[in-house]
Amino acid sequence: MAEKISKETVVKVSRLARLSLTTEETERMTAQLAGMLEHFRDIDALDLASVEPMTQPYPLKNVLRKDVELPSLDRDEVLDQAPAAESGRFRVPPTIGFDV
Amino acid sequence: MQKLVDIVAGVTNGSLKASAVVEEHLARIVARESEIHAFNLVTADQARNDAAKVDEDVKSGKKVGALAGVPIALKDNMCTRGVETTCSSKILQGWKPPYDATVVTKLRAAGAVIMGKTNLDEFAMGSSTENSAFGPTKNPHDVSRVPGGSSGGSAAAVSAGFAAASLGSDTGGSIRQPAALCGVVGVKPTYGVVSRYGLVAFASSLDQIGPFTSDVRDAATLLEVISGHDPMDSTSIPQAAPSLVSVLDHGVAGMRIGRVTDLPEGCEPDVLARLEAAFDALRSAGAIIVDIKLPSIQYCLTAYYLIAPAEASSNLARYDGVRYGNRVEAADLNAMYAATREAGFGEEVKRRIMLGTYALSAGYYDAYYGKALKVRRLISDDFAHAYEKTDVILTPTSPSVAFKFGSKTDNPLAMYLCDVFTIPTNLAGHPAMSVPFGTGANSMPVGVQVLATTLGEQAMFKVAAELERSL
Amino acid sequence: MSEVAALPNGWQLIVGLEVHVELATKTKMFSASANRFGDEPNTNIDPVTLGLPGALPVLNQHAIELAMRIGLALNCKVQPCTFHRKNYFYPDLPKAYQITQYDHPLNIDGHLMLPGEVRIGIERAHLEEDTGKSTHFGGSSGRIHGSDYSLIDFNRAGVPLVEIVSRPDIRTSEQARQYVGELRSILLAVGASDAKMEEGSMRCDVNVSVHKPGTPFGTRCEIKNVNSIRSVGRAIDYEARRQVDVIEGGGTIRQETRHWDDATGRTETLRTKEDADDYRYFLEPDLVPLVPDQSWIDAVRAALPVLPAARRKALAELCGVDKDGESAIVVVERGQDDYVAAVVAAGGDPRRAVVYVQQAFAEQGATPKVPAKDLAALTILERDAKVTSTQAKTLLTDLIEAGGGDVSAMATKRGFEALDTSAVEAMVDAAIAAEPGAWQKYCNGEEKALGALVGAVMKSSKGKADGKVITALLQAKRP
Repeated sequence: MAEKISKETVVKVSRLARLSLTTEETERMTAQLAGMLEHFRDIDALDLASVEPMTQPYPLKNVLRKDVELPSLDRDEVLDQAPAAESGRFRVPPTIGFDV
Repeated sequence: MQKLVDIVAGVTNGSLKASAVVEEHLARIVARESEIHAFNLVTADQARNDAAKVDEDVKSGKKVGALAGVPIALKDNMCTRGVETTCSSKILQGWKPPYDATVVTKLRAAGAVIMGKTNLDEFAMGSSTENSAFGPTKNPHDVSRVPGGSSGGSAAAVSAGFAAASLGSDTGGSIRQPAALCGVVGVKPTYGVVSRYGLVAFASSLDQIGPFTSDVRDAATLLEVISGHDPMDSTSIPQAAPSLVSVLDHGVAGMRIGRVTDLPEGCEPDVLARLEAAFDALRSAGAIIVDIKLPSIQYCLTAYYLIAPAEASSNLARYDGVRYGNRVEAADLNAMYAATREAGFGEEVKRRIMLGTYALSAGYYDAYYGKALKVRRLISDDFAHAYEKTDVILTPTSPSVAFKFGSKTDNPLAMYLCDVFTIPTNLAGHPAMSVPFGTGANSMPVGVQVLATTLGEQAMFKVAAELERSL
Repeated sequence: MSEVAALPNGWQLIVGLEVHVELATKTKMFSASANRFGDEPNTNIDPVTLGLPGALPVLNQHAIELAMRIGLALNCKVQPCTFHRKNYFYPDLPKAYQITQYDHPLNIDGHLMLPGEVRIGIERAHLEEDTGKSTHFGGSSGRIHGSDYSLIDFNRAGVPLVEIVSRPDIRTSEQARQYVGELRSILLAVGASDAKMEEGSMRCDVNVSVHKPGTPFGTRCEIKNVNSIRSVGRAIDYEARRQVDVIEGGGTIRQETRHWDDATGRTETLRTKEDADDYRYFLEPDLVPLVPDQSWIDAVRAALPVLPAARRKALAELCGVDKDGESAIVVVERGQDDYVAAVVAAGGDPRRAVVYVQQAFAEQGATPKVPAKDLAALTILERDAKVTSTQAKTLLTDLIEAGGGDVSAMATKRGFEALDTSAVEAMVDAAIAAEPGAWQKYCNGEEKALGALVGAVMKSSKGKADGKVITALLQAKRP
């Protein structure tokens, strides 16, 4: 399994997750994640080469819906819950750079 | 305290007023809620209106539903239209969903009276309710101790008589563990039996809604109402809700009860003693105890704490301050995202988002998430082998009775170990329930867990009912 | 369309296209809110569309069938498939993940044929959901850079998309244009999408690289915001030259996403590979696998219409024209090939029928008003030299204006009576006498001189003589 998690990796992951961790949080998180990942090494001993991953607890397939329209939510009720709205739309701050 | 089934019977035949039932429960809330903090929100006015409507229907001879007049509390991660739904998180504080969860629709249609929204570990991540952004819930049996979690508020509400029943959600034990610690019945149904539509997702492939009640019959009654196929949930099993109440008096003669011989260690002796007493009771009732092995169960914590955070990291990415919930303003978009999420999420939620993001990220997926999915298969296969030899399995629900506040908060792994007996069934997608079975250390309640295979709810309820009768 | 000069110094262009098409469903990919273009902002929204907590996706059966139609029309294998989450933060992506298909897409391994038997491989055609729409305000340009804020409309969020990914088999910008045009024709023919590039229901991302034959492909750049077939060609030509210039100037091409600016005719860096996101794909736990069984696939296949290529071939065979030629392409694209066949069935001259329809029926749609037998009659009048081709054009206009009618009567009314050959011959002889210089040149093999002689005859006949008849007579008289 992978090497011990570094502070740099924790910072990178926090960026991916859009969390602005404080320096102190990053330190603590690095230590805690390292501890957990160490514990999780118990499965390294297992031979899993021929094991199929399990993603669904109950095997269903082809769950489909007819193409029939239902009424929209009320725009005012929805925008009323938004942190910022304008002209029937949701308002967000500008994008600086192209992070995505 | 009144049983759910007695309330329904009384209200339906007119001998009991739903309004009176609601007032009794509200009175208990007034008396003790400030001490217990089971609720994030008590919807007293709406409850009174709903109860009055039930009484009117009864009076005018209208047919009333299977839960007529039953005061029910909802874990605050189930969407209620126009009623604040917070997941005990600052990021959602104040959010009023524009729609009802399927279970809420079903409860209302059955005549239930919704008392309010109960406290939980933020986004259902925790085993003590200490991770709520709005303060912990106290165990009604001893307010210096945790009620368990994450559905601690729902367990405490039933235990304290604030509601005749409640709903919780169970991703790794979040119904069964608090049920055990608060001395009530808690059921996690087979994955897909109860619709997840409108349940705020934690880990989508593990989450399942289920009831808390003060006895097994009430649990069976409530589960029958909330289960059944829902076309709004693609993972909902397309078959009718199972009949459960009808099997409660069948007894367990000839049934095979599995005893796990390689159970993880670390269980309190009193808890193990109660488990032995449960085996004895079932043996006396004619059941056959069979030894089974679940060799992969020791890896369940690893599999769970990779899979659940991975799914959670994706499910919780939508809290970005754009469409609902709270935002911390900033000059540009990415700064707004990061500030909003940093301020809006608590420590445990951030930890799991970090863990899950890491487990899915490029270069680590195969080593962590990918492997965990394979271990999940091993655990499921172990159960499949075990259920060739047995009808149900009995284990402790929690390794310990309710613990003191703060005793595990500094060590995430110690807290995670609370779920060691409950996690395997979530990974397998099986049903399991906790039944109160006496007390352990400090006279705190102990729960015994009854596990069954996929859609094995009837066998599970037969055994649970027998355990309850034996007390 | 003029072919841009080939790349210098033996450079070879390599192009692959990723085309997104919005499917023509009534509702969204995963929920029942309307899939409708042009509505008021945020009026086609529901819990799933907005990514509200607790909302769950359910597959739209019709979207899957439309995607299967696309796959089958592109000769793909339709296979059992799954859905993944592609995780990234963007304000128009409500859940902060897009549900898409990853390692097991619905359609794989197809191809599309271009004129000249050029085969363009289709790697996959998979299902996914569209995002909402951001509009940027403030700043100078309305572009994302330098704006003060953005407003988001989620009507488009969750609209079903099929992404069609070609193999890097395209070698010229002309082929790329043909590919997009042909793909569009197919999408329209099978009813999968309205494929309007100007409304964004069909969008092209173009992957461009250059290399010298015999060496590995170069680093590719992806060009976004290419919103018309014409822009596809322009963007590729610009980008290929840019890459060659960079390499020949001693530079290297960075793998990056570039933005096509139609106004300036240039591409510019949008983002580089270094800041590419880690999408953390994983299987969408809220959905179950889609396993189309053979009977379902067969039913969709059986319901497919005849595709444009086959229709062009049939039309070309019927009318004796080139299947990759302008008339076959245009007539089939307008869906008028059945009409042409009806004209031929009514006894019309096949070649004239297809040419008339191509040239004069642009506004007529798939079922022109002019009865097939009337158009057939006109082609026969011209074929039999009862009217000249110039007169036939006039009559065609009359016929379209009147919505049909007796063309012989129309010709009479116009005074279009063809002269008999002896009368024309007399005029030809007169013209030869009147234009001895021109006649001499023509006899010496100067074909250009023919024009003056034909023109003289036309003039003296007041346009009633048929140019072809005159030419034939002059040719016969040439020693």
